[in-house]
Amino acid sequence: MGDILTNFFTGTVPIEAYLGLSLIMFFCGVYGFLTRKNMLMILISVELMLNAADINFAVFNRYLYPGQLEGFYFSLFTIAIAACETAVAIAIIINIYRNLKSVEVDNLNQMKE
Amino acid sequence: MDYSSFLQMHEEFSLLGVMIILLLYDIFASEKYLKYFQPIAIVLFLVHIVLNCVPRETFQVSGGMYEYLPIHSYIKTFLNIGTLIVFLQAHKFLNEDANRIKRGEFYFLTLSTLLGMYFMISAGNFLVFYLGLETASVPMAALVAFDKYNNKAAEAGAKYILLAVFASSISLFGISLIYGSTGTLYFNDLPALITGTPLQILAFVFFAVGLFFKISLVPFHLWAADVYEGAQTNITSYLSVISKGSAVFVLFTLLVKVFASLITEWQPILWILAVLSITIANLFAIRQKNLKRFLAFSSISQAGYILLAIISGSAIGMSSLVYYVLVYIFSNLAAFGVISVIEERTGKINIQDYDGLYQTNPNLSFVMMLSLFSLAGIPPFAGFFSKFFVFSAAASQGFYVLVFIALLNTIISLYYYLLIIKAMFLNKSDHPIEPIKSDFFARVSFAVCTLAIIAIGFISPIYDQIHLISFGM
Repeated sequence: MGDILTNFFTGTVPIEAYLGLSLIMFFCGVYGFLTRKNMLMILISVELMLNAADINFAVFNRYLYPGQLEGFYFSLFTIAIAACETAVAIAIIINIYRNLKSVEVDNLNQMKE
Repeated sequence: MDYSSFLQMHEEFSLLGVMIILLLYDIFASEKYLKYFQPIAIVLFLVHIVLNCVPRETFQVSGGMYEYLPIHSYIKTFLNIGTLIVFLQAHKFLNEDANRIKRGEFYFLTLSTLLGMYFMISAGNFLVFYLGLETASVPMAALVAFDKYNNKAAEAGAKYILLAVFASSISLFGISLIYGSTGTLYFNDLPALITGTPLQILAFVFFAVGLFFKISLVPFHLWAADVYEGAQTNITSYLSVISKGSAVFVLFTLLVKVFASLITEWQPILWILAVLSITIANLFAIRQKNLKRFLAFSSISQAGYILLAIISGSAIGMSSLVYYVLVYIFSNLAAFGVISVIEERTGKINIQDYDGLYQTNPNLSFVMMLSLFSLAGIPPFAGFFSKFFVFSAAASQGFYVLVFIALLNTIISLYYYLLIIKAMFLNKSDHPIEPIKSDFFARVSFAVCTLAIIAIGFISPIYDQIHLISFGM
């Protein structure tokens, strides 16, 4: 534990730590997407997945290909896109709330066969 | 810095021009001129199609971020024609009092998804590709939820956006792993660096999920039926034809160009997906009562047939894919057009409502019959030729078992397509749908679709041209 903290402050965190973090974040997002019943929580889970990919881009760029900027730019664009997606998704969720007075996915069952 | 190379992106700039003109016209025109909005939109879009239909020389913009190939002109023109037909069919729906205020939005959202598809098709870098993919899917969700006061539309919109973002974030994670293992995102540099390490195979599988979702192949198809049913019919037709057509084209170019060295990995994946998509979608289509759900499953199985062209990975596969998309646009849009006309006037959408349609609406039944025959692949119509080319593309690479399974499924599909034709022509009904007079724009779209379904198969220069140009892919 002490080693990790020293590493953190001296700036030599191994790349595996970051990749492990992003992988855990990504699968937390997948798990949340599949189990949560509230649409806002589902949206948050999806955001976790997008941000995990962003961390990957930044870390790969910083550690493996320090001479270029492609990964950083990709994360910047992804952050903007994630904001757009959230805006549209929340607009649709608000519309559902107005119609059904609920944002639980269990109520979205009008088209069941 | 020299920006002149950007001006070579004619298609994108002219589409952007159409979008901006329509947006400003919708905002600033007075009530007197606003009633010409839709004819002006259609004429502008027609001009855009005509200006951009001629293939040009290959070129690159911005160091290979955007790469134009002559075949892109064809696929973009076909998507344009499909969009134009959707506009013609949506004319009546958008002229209703409740929707008149929103029609500017309809055109703007539709055209922005089309712009996203353009960038997706001509992308030379994963960044441009991802931006295009998202530009194509985010406004699409807004379109699906277009009808604000309809619960079903809102539900369909929520399902679409949440699952689309889920799929695209898996895809994005895949792209990040590709970047990590190769250090570049340019399509031209990647083939040399993708050597088939386990990480790259994992990255490819993650990445492909996003595209499989857009094409709605079977393990990723669960959104399709609900979204197709909930969205307004014209929007459903756009979603099922244009969005799918662009995604299959992009899947093909990526597999052949970028992931060519992983061919031993992606061919079995596509094999399984094709068999599953065709078979399961066919079996589910048989038990559908609602015509929109029925066409949703039918379009999933059509996507499975398109995979037969992709799996061959050859130039013949490319030309048969583009040809299949062209025929599929006309056949499916004709079917959706008839359904939307009938749904708008009477609100009837189930198959048993169509009993005795031939007595009251012979023309509509005729168009519907032609489109279903074409979708099923009955010989004199265009659908037969497109299926034939797709099958021969797969057979030329030795996928005989796959072609055989697909052929068996064509017979199953013939059964359920004929069920609708039987309902229209043979079944008697005490209360058939009353005679419907469709508006001028819808009739033009039916005429175009009918002519195309009958003629495309016989006008061999069309296929020859596509074939000629697809060798330069």
